Amino acid sequence: MIHVEDLSKYYHDLCAVDHVNLDIHKGEILALLGPNGAGKTTTLRMLTGFVKPTTGSIRVKDYTIENDVLEIKKLLGYLPESAPLYHEMLVYDYLEFVADIRDLTGEGKFARLRHLADLCGLTEVMHRPIGELSKGFKQRVGLAHAMMNDPEILILDEPTSGLDPNQIIEIRDIIKEIGTEKTVILSTHILSEAEATCDRVVIINRGRIAADSSTESLKESTGDKSLVHLTIAHADFDQVKAHLGGIAGVSDLAEIPRNKGDKARDVLELNLTCQSKGDIRGDIYQKIKETDWILLELYQETRSLENIFRELTTEN
Amino acid sequence: MGQAAHIIRKEFKSYFVSPIAYIVITIFLLVTGWFFFTTFFLHNQANLRYFFALLPITFSFVIPAITMRLFSEELNVGSYETLLTMPVTFSDVVMGKFIAALAFVSTMLVPTLSYPIMVSFLGQLDWGPVIGGYLGALLLASAFCAIGLFASSLTRNQIIAYIIAVAICFALTLIDKMLFFLPQSLLGLLEYVGADFHFKNISKGVIDSRDILYFLSVTFLALYAAHLARQDSDQ
Repeated sequence: MIHVEDLSKYYHDLCAVDHVNLDIHKGEILALLGPNGAGKTTTLRMLTGFVKPTTGSIRVKDYTIENDVLEIKKLLGYLPESAPLYHEMLVYDYLEFVADIRDLTGEGKFARLRHLADLCGLTEVMHRPIGELSKGFKQRVGLAHAMMNDPEILILDEPTSGLDPNQIIEIRDIIKEIGTEKTVILSTHILSEAEATCDRVVIINRGRIAADSSTESLKESTGDKSLVHLTIAHADFDQVKAHLGGIAGVSDLAEIPRNKGDKARDVLELNLTCQSKGDIRGDIYQKIKETDWILLELYQETRSLENIFRELTTEN
Repeated sequence: MGQAAHIIRKEFKSYFVSPIAYIVITIFLLVTGWFFFTTFFLHNQANLRYFFALLPITFSFVIPAITMRLFSEELNVGSYETLLTMPVTFSDVVMGKFIAALAFVSTMLVPTLSYPIMVSFLGQLDWGPVIGGYLGALLLASAFCAIGLFASSLTRNQIIAYIIAVAICFALTLIDKMLFFLPQSLLGLLEYVGADFHFKNISKGVIDSRDILYFLSVTFLALYAAHLARQDSDQ
């Protein structure tokens, strides 16, 4: 659907985007993830034709950004960061203006306006100036603006920034709903958001792609080691070490220091580092069953997106 | 050009939503009315010559106030990005904004039509110079609107846009009054560059293609410069 090849952008000497290659398929919800200043917004702006790339090419369907920018703009719906809109206009006037620009006419236009007002929850603010709205409502107007032409590709730059938790969930639901048939590209630096809404995550750091895979496989790729967390009562650390150390695959066993208040309780918390890729929780359970310790907790830590993100974006 | 029409409608409407429109129109009418009528009865002539003679100076202060927000505000708020990522070309945007500003200036001139009507009751009014004067006023307005639009496209600060536009319009108006300071060899050229010189010709009722061409080319050059300024800004 979208094919990005060798895309770079320099602002004078500053390199914002550095030789990015990306293929985005129809029906994907893709998150561009990265710390501040990583080049997310610049990448999105180049996709929409607002910023000209220094080098490289972008193809959307059969159109190229150099020759058919207008055709590409017709396929896209774009919500810039923090939804900059005309403050003095009424919400209704603004959306009608957008509908006109998008070549909607007659009954179709009004049906679309009504539908979007319902979808984005704008009915009650339709006749208020945009400048007087709260940030959340402005964001929704921006979303309605982006979805006006029922675009095949929806590009959202930090769609949930500045919203309260309820609004965030509402916007996520809207994004998911659209994402069932359309392609959605969104940028964010909130990891839980990418985790909750997106099929695919592209992590950008300093203009380069640091990781690109589906949300699931990114989390499953736990590397060489995995960590099993264990809480046992009525046990002594040395005993446990001797007993569990023999399990194949366990390379290290460490006690997690507890708070002083917990000292009185006869509880031991442990981290087992495992070398093998397989799941050894069964073996651990079997071993513990042989003793009279009480197993309170046993779980394998999945690599959270937070960890991956940290690893990839803070190297040296 | 369909898109440009929507932009014209939107821009024109937004003039009248904010108080700027009414303030500018009021000031314009007060200034022109006051200067015209304070001397009108002293001259004891039934014509609008002094009204039109003053117009270039008034325009060079008033029109930049009308055009200063056209790009600067959008650049400042960021709505420029929302606008340009819709299926419009840059020329749609420039033409839309330019024509909206020109339409606003024309609206501002409508109440002044009462002057010639009133004067025609007082004496034998020659309508030739009046028609020429209004045609010249529109041409002058189009040149100044284009210059204002160009100034606005340079910066996100409306005050800077206003000052740049006033400086250019004022210089074009006054240049042919400064000629006696300048060397002989430059006179012909500089006189041709001055807006007031061409406006004076038209407002006498002499409609010469050279004067019309001058205003149209200033308009075109300024709009094209705005185009270049936006293309170059790396936005």
